[in-house]
Amino acid sequence: MSAPDLQRGQPPVLLQAEQVTRIYQLGRDVQVPALRGVSFEVDRGEHVAIVGSSGSGKSTLLNLLGALDRPTSGHVRYHGRDVREMSDTELARLRNASIGFVFQSFQLLPRLTAVDNVILPLVYRPGSPRQRRELALEALAQVGLADRVDHRPGELSGGQQQRVAIARALVTEPSLVLADEPTGNLDSRTGEEVMALLETLHADQGTALVVITHEREIAQRASRRIELRDGVIVDEVVA
Amino acid sequence: MSLREALRVAMQALRANRLRSALTTLGVLIGVMSVVLLVAIGQGARSEITGAIEGLGSNLLFVLPGDGEFGAGPTRSSFEVDDIERVDRSLPGGNGRAAGYVIGAEAVQAEGNRFNATVFGISEHYLGVVDRTIARGQALTAADVATGRRVAVLGATTAETLFPGQDPIGRTVSLGAIRYRVVGVLDRVGTTTFGPDVDRQVLIPISAAQRLFGSTRVDAIFVRATSTVGIEADRAATEAALAERLDESEFSVVSQDEIIGVVGDILQILTWVLAAIAGISLLVGGVGVSNIMLVSVSERTREIGLRKALGARTRDITRQFLFEAVALTGLGGAVGLALGIVLAEVVATFAPVPAEITWWSIALALGVSVLVGLVFGVLPARRAGQLDPVAALRHE
Ligand SMILES: Nc1ncnc2c1ncn2[C@@H]1O[C@H](COP(=O)(O)OP(=O)(O)OP(=O)(O)O)[C@@H](O)[C@H]1O
Ligand SMILES: [Mg+2]
Repeated sequence: MSAPDLQRGQPPVLLQAEQVTRIYQLGRDVQVPALRGVSFEVDRGEHVAIVGSSGSGKSTLLNLLGALDRPTSGHVRYHGRDVREMSDTELARLRNASIGFVFQSFQLLPRLTAVDNVILPLVYRPGSPRQRRELALEALAQVGLADRVDHRPGELSGGQQQRVAIARALVTEPSLVLADEPTGNLDSRTGEEVMALLETLHADQGTALVVITHEREIAQRASRRIELRDGVIVDEVVA
Repeated sequence: MSLREALRVAMQALRANRLRSALTTLGVLIGVMSVVLLVAIGQGARSEITGAIEGLGSNLLFVLPGDGEFGAGPTRSSFEVDDIERVDRSLPGGNGRAAGYVIGAEAVQAEGNRFNATVFGISEHYLGVVDRTIARGQALTAADVATGRRVAVLGATTAETLFPGQDPIGRTVSLGAIRYRVVGVLDRVGTTTFGPDVDRQVLIPISAAQRLFGSTRVDAIFVRATSTVGIEADRAATEAALAERLDESEFSVVSQDEIIGVVGDILQILTWVLAAIAGISLLVGGVGVSNIMLVSVSERTREIGLRKALGARTRDITRQFLFEAVALTGLGGAVGLALGIVLAEVVATFAPVPAEITWWSIALALGVSVLVGLVFGVLPARRAGQLDPVAALRHE
């Protein structure tokens, strides 16, 4: 079956994490418990911030939410479907149709132009090259880069690169955008602009937004703040 | 991801690393080129040699010493001059259809000119049996053969070399210390690549030749059948006649078709061996492709992780890298094929062997190069497809 692309009028819960653990196996007998029983939900259109000190398990959690990884135990469910029960193809479809990623290190392909980078996720769904290009140009215009479409990442500033990455995340119209320290490599002013952009898109398109951040400022603008420490949730604040 | 899209992405990646792609392709290119070239030469040699045997005229039976097993060592001939007559008498429907000969190499001299000719000692019906004709003068007669008269008939090249611009009839040539009177000159046959060049012959009576070589041997006997139908009757008659005097293991009677078949088979095997040797370089090219693809996968680990995060299935990634490998080898195959054909033509203009490009060598070259891409691309492509996206994205 195809991964559920969540539409309006459906139940409010977008994704559920239930008693999720993730233990990394290092060598034969060293085990690193990065997550030790984490449970929470994300509603559609919600804005959640995840905070916590370095090594507390934030990235590990985000990878599980993004269906890039499977939990050691517990469940991550999208619209009631357990990620652990999905096949490789179903996971790929889920990521392509419902999730957009924004990474701290941008993760753009250096040999592709901005527009080709934005086209990347569209390649894995049906459509003609013309349609894909049009959608990508539209997304780049939305992030204010209409005049940089043929630039390669190396010819763009950090803030511009992250905006290309945001265009790539939103071009598929996902129901959830996961951002792992999206401002971590940017100065505070540029970071501010990038966050403002993500929040505008979240508000305009009703996309749920989960942001990992170290910055108190940014965390405070979320509707909910979850704090992790040593792989467990120690605090949850609803604004 | 559609096939077209996968192909486009693969080409894009190859273009991004032009020099490396070209060098990797070179291995396969050289492999395919050598296969095409060597097969062309092998096939050319095969048709040239079988053509030369056919050129002796059809409906010939060869009576050869030994039991006719290929692969047996050279056999001493037990034939005698009388055997030629014995065979000829046994043939149904008149005689004059069997001839025997003995061959030796000897320097021929005349008026200060010297020439390395092939000396054929022949029985009287030889020219008729092998379908050769006299240009000038006359052939050797039964009386010449019976008395061992010192007379000679010259091949066209022999005549021109020894007597440039002159009429050789009536002149003398020497073989060693013995002088022979020239009675005839043969019509020119023209170039054949293999076997003795018949235009370089000197024909003398077989009895005179045996005296010259100090031996009583007869190398072989030829029988011309009157028709394709009569050939089996002639074979039976010949075998019966020789069995009166010789043991079964001392002679064998084979038809021209049988010889062409066996020689053709041997040369075909030779062609395959050449192709196989060239195929080894193709294999080495394939290993190079595999190697470079592994490097490429490791270099692009982050790209693979990213593509997976954006919705690529394992299958999409595997296909992308497999396409890259096949594009590399396919391109090498196509260019190698073209170069191989050109080189074969070049070789053919300088070497005595014609090049023969066969459709199967073309199909084989292209098919094998694509196959090499698939086989040697599978390992790197599978490795790429199975990368864990989280680890891949963190890769430095
Ligand atoms: N692939 C891995 N293998 C082994 N251990 C890992 C792996 N990835 C993460 N860890 C460990 O799991 C724990 C949580 O890591 P994680 O990356 O989730 O932390 P984080 O909260 O994102 O930290 P940061 O703020 O520095 O990015 C750490 O102790 C880390 O060393
Ligand atoms: Mg992290």
